[in-house]
Amino acid sequence: MNKRILVSILLLLVLSVLLAACGGGGNDVIRIGINAPLTGDNPKVGEGTKYAAEMWLEDINAAGGLEVGGKMYQVELVTEDNEYKAESATKANTKLITQDEVLLIIGPQSSQQAVPAGGVANDNKTPMISPWSTNPNTTLNRPWVFRTPFLDPFQGPVVANFATEQFGATKAAVLYDVASDYPKGLAEFFKAAWEENHGAGSVVAFESFTTKDQDFSAQLTKIKESGADFIFTPQYYSEVPLIVQQAHELGWDKPIVGSDSWGSAELVNLCGDDCDGLFFSTHYAAAGATGATKAFIDRYNEKYGYVPDDVGALTWDTLLLAQQAIQDCGEITGDLAVDRQCVRDALANIKDFHGITGDMTFTPEGDPIKCAVIVRISDAGEFEFFEQVCP
Amino acid sequence: MTYFLQNFVNALQWGSFYALIALGYSMVYGVLLLFNFAHGDIFMVGSYIGFFVATGLVGLSAVGVITLPYWLILVLTILISMILTAFVGMLVERVGYRPLRDAPRASAAITGLMIGVILETLNLIMLGAERYKFPELLQTEIYELGGVSVTNKKIMIVFVSLLLMYLLNLFVMKTKWGMAMRAMAYDFAVVPLMGIPLNTIAALTFGLGSALAAAASILFGTAYPVMDPYMGVTIGWKAFVAAILGGRGSIVGAAVAGFILGFIEIFSASVFPSTYRDLIAYSIILFILVFRPHGLFGQEHTSKLRL
Repeated sequence: MNKRILVSILLLLVLSVLLAACGGGGNDVIRIGINAPLTGDNPKVGEGTKYAAEMWLEDINAAGGLEVGGKMYQVELVTEDNEYKAESATKANTKLITQDEVLLIIGPQSSQQAVPAGGVANDNKTPMISPWSTNPNTTLNRPWVFRTPFLDPFQGPVVANFATEQFGATKAAVLYDVASDYPKGLAEFFKAAWEENHGAGSVVAFESFTTKDQDFSAQLTKIKESGADFIFTPQYYSEVPLIVQQAHELGWDKPIVGSDSWGSAELVNLCGDDCDGLFFSTHYAAAGATGATKAFIDRYNEKYGYVPDDVGALTWDTLLLAQQAIQDCGEITGDLAVDRQCVRDALANIKDFHGITGDMTFTPEGDPIKCAVIVRISDAGEFEFFEQVCP
Repeated sequence: MTYFLQNFVNALQWGSFYALIALGYSMVYGVLLLFNFAHGDIFMVGSYIGFFVATGLVGLSAVGVITLPYWLILVLTILISMILTAFVGMLVERVGYRPLRDAPRASAAITGLMIGVILETLNLIMLGAERYKFPELLQTEIYELGGVSVTNKKIMIVFVSLLLMYLLNLFVMKTKWGMAMRAMAYDFAVVPLMGIPLNTIAALTFGLGSALAAAASILFGTAYPVMDPYMGVTIGWKAFVAAILGGRGSIVGAAVAGFILGFIEIFSASVFPSTYRDLIAYSIILFILVFRPHGLFGQEHTSKLRL
C-alpha cells in the first residue's frame, strides 16, 4: 500500500518535471520579458511601458504571431514590476532570465534600475534593451545590453547650448537628486558642458537633495542668492512640480529648464499653471507629430485616453527593434543560449532603423545615434515642439 | 541678512510639520509607553482623507448644492479630516495595540511597523500607484518684505500650527480628560484603580495624536501638493527623531524639538553643500543626545508626560 503511494508520487513528480521542461523550452512560443516600474515612485513610467507593449502584442496577435524564418511563433510577454527600486530590478531580471526563460528583456526604464539590472543581463548572456535609460553606464562594457534613447553626455550639452542661445544666460544653477543615477549623471554632464563654454565657476550653484525629499526651500534660496540666470533640474515628474512651485513662491521668476524625465502627461496635471512656458529636452514632441509617430500617438490616445509620454513611444520603438532582431535571426532553435546569442548579434548589426522617435544606428557600445528635441510647455499644458538638435 | 531671514521663514514652515507630527508620537509614548510607528502613515491617511473631503466640497460648490468660499472649504477640510483621521487612529489602537498591551514592548513596536505597511499597501491597492494633486484651496499670494519672500500659505501654516499646539495644551491642562491623561502618564498602573477608564484614555490619546497628524497633512498638502502612498514614511521618521530630541513623553519638548529639527535641516543645507544636509543635521542631533540622553525636555527615570 505504502509502496504504491510512493510510486505514484514519484511518477507524478517525474511527469511534472517533464511537463515543466516542455513548458520552459516550448518550441513555438517566444517569451519576452518586460521589467518596468508598475508601482513605486514613478508608476506613470511603468504604465506607459505596459500600454505600449500591449499595443505591440495586439499587432503581433492580429497577424497570427511573429514570423521567423517562415515559421509562425506565438509571443508571450512576461511583465515584472521593479517597484522603481534598483534591488527589485535586478531581482526581476534574474527571475525573467532563469525562471521565465525569456529570449530577451525590455527595460528597466530609469537608469537607477537599468544600470544594475544591465549587469545581471550581461552576466547571464541575455540581451536587454532599455527604452529610456540615458546614463552611459547602462551599456558601458556590456555587449549584451542595448538602449533606444540618446545618452546624457549628448543631452547635457544640448540643454547647455539651448539655454545659452535662448536666454543669453551666462550663469547656471543646477538642482538634482544626488541619490539617483540619472539626475546625478546628467547634472554632472551638464555642468561639464556649461563650464566648457562659459569658464570655470560659471555654474554658480550646484545644489542637491535626496530621493523622497519634499522641501527644497533651502537649496532654492541659495540658488536665488547666487544670481543664476536659470535653473536646470533633471528630475522626474513627481518632483518637478514641487521644485517649480517652491521656486516661484520664493520669488524666482527666471527660467527653469528640464530634461527628458519631465516628459510625462502627469507633469502638467500635478504642476498646473506653474510649469507653463518652461522648456525641456526630450526624445520626441507629441504635439505636431506626423507620419508613423502621429499614428502611434492617435492610437494610444484613443485606447488609453491620454497622449503617450516619451516612455511609451520609446518602448514601442524598442519592441519593434526587438522584433526586427528576432526576425533577422532567421531561426529559433529552442536552445536559449544559441537564440539569445543570435538575437544579440542581430541587434548589434541593425542599421538605419526608422523608429517613431527618430532614426537609429547602433554604435559598438549598443547605443543609438539620434537627435534630441527641445519642447516647450504651452499655456494649455501641451508639449510643443520648439527645435531639434542633432549630433 | 535677507538670506538668513528667508531661511528663517523657510525653517518656520518646515518645522511646523515636524512639531505637529512629533506631538502624536510623544503623547502616545507619555500615556502608553510605546512608540506608534504607524504614525507617519496615519499622516498619509489624513492627507488622502483631506483630499477626498476637499474634492467633494469643491465639487458640491461647483454644482451649486452649497456655496462656500475656498477659505471655508479649507477650514472644513481640516476639521472633518481631523475627526475622521482621529477615528482611524482609534481603530489602529483598538486593532493593533490594545490586544498587545501586556506583550513585550518590542512586539508593540513591530505592530506599528506592520500597520504602517498595511495602510500603505491598502492605499496602493485602492487608489493605484499614481500621484494625486492636493486641491489648491488657497490661491498663493507672494509678499516681498525687504527681499524676503513670504506667502500667505507660509503664514497660515505657522499660525494654524501654533494655534493647534495652544489648543492641545489647553485641553491637556484644563479639562478633566486632559487631567486623566496626565494622571495616566504619571502612573500607568495605579490610575485605573481610581476609576479612570484606561481604554478610553488610550483611544483618546491616539485620536488626538492622529487628529494633529491629519491637520499637519492638510497644511502639508497646501504647500507640497503631490501625494503618494509613501509620503508619510520619511517625514514620520524625522518627526520621530524630533520626539526623541524633545524628550520622550514631553509635549512642549516635541513641539520645540520639531521646530529645532526644521531649523537645523534648513540651515545645514543653506550653509554647507546641500549634499551634506542630513549628515550634518543628524550629527548635530546625535551630539545633543549624547549630552542630554533624555532629550531636551525629558526627565531622567520618569520619562513621562510633563507640561
